[in-house]
Amino acid sequence: MMEEKEREIVLPGSVVGDAKGEKAGRGTFIEDGKIYAARLGILDRRGDYINIIPLSGVYEPSVGDSVIGVIQEAMKNMWVIDINAPYPAILTGEESPWRVGYGETEKFLKTGDVIVASILRIDEARNIDLTMKCKPCRKVDEGIIIEIQPSKVPRVIGKGGSMLSVIKKYTGCWIFVGQNGRIWLKCEKNASLAIKAIRKIEAEAHTVGLTQRIEKMLRDENG
Amino acid sequence: MDIPEVKRISAVKKDYLIKLAKQGKRADGREFDEYRKITIERNIIKKAEGSARVKIGNTMVLAGIKLDIGEPYPDSPEEGAMSTSVELPPLASPDFEPGPPKPDAIEIARVIDRGIRESKYIKLDKLVVEPGEKVWIVFIDIHVLDYDGNLFDAGSLAASAALQNAVIPNERFGLGDNEPLPVGSPPISCTFAKFGNAIVVDPGLEEEQVAEARFTVALDENGDIRAMQKGLKGRFTVEEIKNNINRAQIHAKNIRKLLEG
Amino acid sequence: MGELIKDGLRIDGRKPDELRPIKIEAGVLYRADGSAYVEWGGNKVLAAVYGPRELLPKHMQDPTKAVVNARYNMASFSVEDRKRPGPDRRSIEISKVTSEALESVIFTELFPRAVIDINIEILDAEAGTRCAGITAAAVALADAGIPMRDIPAACAAGKVDGQVVLDLRKEEDQEGEADLPIAIAPRTEEILLLQMDGHLTYKEFEEALELAIKGSKYVSKLQKEALRRKYKKVEEE
Repeated sequence: MMEEKEREIVLPGSVVGDAKGEKAGRGTFIEDGKIYAARLGILDRRGDYINIIPLSGVYEPSVGDSVIGVIQEAMKNMWVIDINAPYPAILTGEESPWRVGYGETEKFLKTGDVIVASILRIDEARNIDLTMKCKPCRKVDEGIIIEIQPSKVPRVIGKGGSMLSVIKKYTGCWIFVGQNGRIWLKCEKNASLAIKAIRKIEAEAHTVGLTQRIEKMLRDENG
Repeated sequence: MDIPEVKRISAVKKDYLIKLAKQGKRADGREFDEYRKITIERNIIKKAEGSARVKIGNTMVLAGIKLDIGEPYPDSPEEGAMSTSVELPPLASPDFEPGPPKPDAIEIARVIDRGIRESKYIKLDKLVVEPGEKVWIVFIDIHVLDYDGNLFDAGSLAASAALQNAVIPNERFGLGDNEPLPVGSPPISCTFAKFGNAIVVDPGLEEEQVAEARFTVALDENGDIRAMQKGLKGRFTVEEIKNNINRAQIHAKNIRKLLEG
Repeated sequence: MGELIKDGLRIDGRKPDELRPIKIEAGVLYRADGSAYVEWGGNKVLAAVYGPRELLPKHMQDPTKAVVNARYNMASFSVEDRKRPGPDRRSIEISKVTSEALESVIFTELFPRAVIDINIEILDAEAGTRCAGITAAAVALADAGIPMRDIPAACAAGKVDGQVVLDLRKEEDQEGEADLPIAIAPRTEEILLLQMDGHLTYKEFEEALELAIKGSKYVSKLQKEALRRKYKKVEEE
C-alpha cells in the first residue's frame, strides 16, 4: 500500500477538510469551520480523522517512544540526556536498571555515554522523564550510532518492520531504530553496506518501490 | 542546572571512528589521503569586487572581496594593505552563535591571511594610489554558509578563487577604468586531523569533533612552505609533521589544477 | 523628478505593477533543519531555520511558548562600500520586525521553553532585502516542518515620479518619494509587517497597499511552488 500510490503534499495553510463532517487530527488546525494543514506533509485520512504526516522537522517526543539518548550531564541523583528533541530529558536513579546511591551517577553513566530508553512522562511544560525499565533499554557499549532525519524513521522500519528485516537479512547486522532518528547497529561485517542502505532510504523516503530497490542494492553489493 | 550548549559527540561514535581508523578506514568510506569533492564557482556576488563559492563535500563557504582606499601602514608606505576575516554565522551550524568573532573564527582567518600574505599572492606593491598617502586596502571576507568540517581549506580556497577574479574598482572612486586585481600564484592550504593513530586529510565534521590534533600547511606553486599551523591539544611527532607536508605537496598540486583551471 | 519613469516604463523596463525576476529554492543547506535561497532582482538571500530547540540560557525561556528569534545579517561584501561585520541599528530593527511578523503565524504554544532560530544572510543587496529575507525565511520555516497558520510572503510598493509602483529597485528606493514594505498571511490577507517612509497621500497609500498585497500573493505562489518542487523531486527520483 505504502509503496503504491503517490500522495498529495500539503503546505501550512492548505485547506484539508471540513470541520462539520471530519475531525482535525495531528498537524492540523480549525479556523472558521474548515480544517487546515499546520505543517508541510502528506495527507492521511484515518476514519473521520485528517492527519498530516510530516516530511521534515525535529523529533517530537511522545510517551512510550523508544529513543537513543546521549548523556549530557551526570547530576547527583539523575542524568540530563540529549534525546535529539527540543528539550533534554531526565533519567533518575530509580528509573535506571541500577541501584544508584546519591552522588554515584557517574559510576554508571558519564557524559557522552549512550543509552536506549523509553519515554515515561511528558508534562505540560514539556519536562520529559525517561525510564530504562523496558525490554530494549540498556547502555550502548559497542557498535555504531548514526543519525537520520526523525521524519524518515517510519520508512527505515517499513510496514510491519519489512524494510528493517530486508537490511538485517542481507547484512547480518543487528539494528535498533530509535524513534528519535538515532540508529544503533552492531555488525560483524557489512556495517558500511547497512549504513549505505539506510542513507539511501533516508534520501529516497517518499519514492515508490523503495523496498524493492533497497533489496536489489543489498543483493548486488553483498558480494 | 548548567547544560553544555554544544552537543557533545557520543562516546560510542568516537570509539567507532577510532576503531575504523585503526583498520585504515573512514566513516564516509574515504581513504586517509582523499579529499571530498571540491567545487569552485566564481563571480556570484555582483556587489563584491570578486567572489567565489567553494564546496568541499557538504561544507560551503562564500568569499567576497571589497576594496577601499586608505592610508598605508607607516612601515610599508609603498604598499597596499589586506585584511582577512571569517564569519561563522548561526546560519551555518546549530553550534554557531551570533556575536563578535570567537577565537575559532579568528584563528582560521589569521591562518588563511598568512598563506595569502606570505606567498605574496596579492601584489600589494601595485596597489599604491599616492605613495605614502593613499593605497588600496583589500578586504577578504569569508562567510561560512554550511559547516561540515575543514573550514581552513574551504576558506583559503574560496579566498584565493575570489581574489583571482577580483577587480580594482577605479570607476567607483573616480580613478578611471576598472582593472584586474594584480595577483601572482595562490597559496594552497591542506589540513590534516589526527585521532587514534590515524592522520587524515580534509577532516569532516565528526572527524574534527574527535580530533586530538590538527595541522594546516599552505604551499606555494613550488611546493615551498608559506604558512603552517598546528592546533588542538594533541601532539604530532616530527616524522608525522614531515609526512603531512609531503602528503600536502601532492594534494596541493591537484587542488591548484582546480583553481587555475 | 521625471527621470525614473519614461513613457510609462521604469528604468529597467518594468511596468509600474511589475515585479523584478524572482527565483526561490527550498532546502538548500545540509546542516540546517530548514532552509531556502531567494534571488530577487539583484538580491541574493539565504535563510536557515534551527529548532525548535531548547532556549539557553534558561532565564530567557518562556514557559508558555517558543521564542521566535530571527536574525537579519548583511554580508560585508553585499553592498557597494564594505559593511563592517556585525549588527548595526538598521539590522537590529529589521530582525525585530521580522521575528514578530513570522511569530504571528507560528503555533509557538506547541513548544514552550524552546526557541526557533531563523537566520537570514543577505549575500548580495539591491533594495528590498527585508522582503526577500522574510520570503526566504518563511519557506525555510515550512521546510523545517514548523507548524504555522500560513506561509508569510512579503513585497514592497512605493512611489516614484509621482506614481505608485511595485517592488522598488535601488535607484527608485534612493530617489523615489516613498517605500512601503509589507508582509502578509496570503490566505487571509492579514498584515504581518508594515513599514513606510517617504510621503504618500491616503489615496496613494490605498493604491500602494493594494499593489503590495497583489505582489505578495504572487510571491506566495512562487514560495509554494518551490516547496512542492523540493518534496516532489524526491518523490519522482
